[in-house]
Amino acid sequence: MADKVRKDAVEALSGLLFDGMTIMSGGFGLCGIPENLITAIRQAGVKDLTVISNNCGVDDFGLGVLLAGGQIRRMISSYVGENRLFAELYLSGRLELEFNPQGTLAERIRAGGAGIPAFFTKTGVGTLVAEGKEIREFDGELYVMERGLTADLSIVKAYAGDAEGNLVYRKTARNFNPMMATAGKATVAEVEKLVPVGALDKDNIHTPGIYVDAIVEGVAYEKRIEQMTTRPKAEKVPV
Amino acid sequence: MAWTRDQMAARAAEELRDGFYVNLGIGIPTLVANYIPAGVTVTLQSENGMLGIGPFPYEGEADPDLINAGKQTITELEQSSYFSSADSFAMIRGGHINLSILGAMQVAANGDLANWMVPGKMVKGMGGAMDLVAGVKRVVVVMEHTEKTGAPKLVSACSLPLTGQAVVDLVVTDLGVFDLSRGRKPVTLVQLAPGVGLDEIRAKTDAPFETALAA
Repeated sequence: MADKVRKDAVEALSGLLFDGMTIMSGGFGLCGIPENLITAIRQAGVKDLTVISNNCGVDDFGLGVLLAGGQIRRMISSYVGENRLFAELYLSGRLELEFNPQGTLAERIRAGGAGIPAFFTKTGVGTLVAEGKEIREFDGELYVMERGLTADLSIVKAYAGDAEGNLVYRKTARNFNPMMATAGKATVAEVEKLVPVGALDKDNIHTPGIYVDAIVEGVAYEKRIEQMTTRPKAEKVPV
Repeated sequence: MAWTRDQMAARAAEELRDGFYVNLGIGIPTLVANYIPAGVTVTLQSENGMLGIGPFPYEGEADPDLINAGKQTITELEQSSYFSSADSFAMIRGGHINLSILGAMQVAANGDLANWMVPGKMVKGMGGAMDLVAGVKRVVVVMEHTEKTGAPKLVSACSLPLTGQAVVDLVVTDLGVFDLSRGRKPVTLVQLAPGVGLDEIRAKTDAPFETALAA
């Protein structure tokens, strides 16, 4: 069995990065993002990247650091509202942007990883999103054709994983990670806990190891919270 | 007196039915969770991959791995489940969610909705809004009746880029409630906020509408 375990994020990405490449990066907002691998890509300095990710981090964290470093040429995302630099770069023409509806983006990635080149969805029919795309009627309703998406590299974050590459995500940090793991020509996973093979419950593995080429235990997770919302302890529970 | 944000949310909450699976948008729609009618139990879906959204966590107990679609920290319930974004939007697109309540920049008489883009100005993105309006069985919009400039938001035809065509069932504003039925019939004013007159709401509405107020 090929040894998939790498000692750190830099080694995990060794030989996989090149200028002009397409990278999928997991996460929703700052939740479930591959912090260590993003930092390693920043340090490697590769440029002219096309990055496929639901969001683009914030100004100084997550994918925002690749924007700040001038490494991203094009983004495919559904929502980038938390990033001032993004708006500035886009409106001044220094960054290309393709907006996809969030569900269409998720399905394009799922399809890409599953060997499905295109599919039809009713999402976006009659909007800017459908312009220039094939429209077809099924059972009296209109649908737009969307293409499957793949990438040169997918970087994903899981909670736990093993040397086989089996991954388990935690709570809403799962989001886009499982589909992206399937859609990279190479997939590198970082985990909070690298556990011995056999320690994960085989019936509850979210990403089977076949999709993962390299795995690394991350360090110094910040796991920054974008919108801290709490209630005082004394308050009665609503609902 | 026009309705406050909380009163608009409370009115929108009257659209909830027992057993519904519901997706609430960001802003006033989020407040709807505070006004779920007595005797009604609903399950809230968060499009980033969760069914069964619980209340905000206690101070000091927030979990960075547990957020809603507005990136706010939340909690889970006994019955909660987690899933991927692809599964989440399969639920949405596949018509398994009963009700979506969301905000809008413009709604047109034909049921068209615009809520994601102002060309040349706002580049935030549509997030999950296009999927929600395309797939959810019933779509309720909660919005201020006019822009801050006074411009009507319930219009004859949207001038902003669309989120979806003929997708809005009901509109709740600070001035009243309109039935749109996805453009299948004329826009109908069905309720006025207390103290709001028909003349005022006509003056602030661009879309033509009929009136069927409860006696």
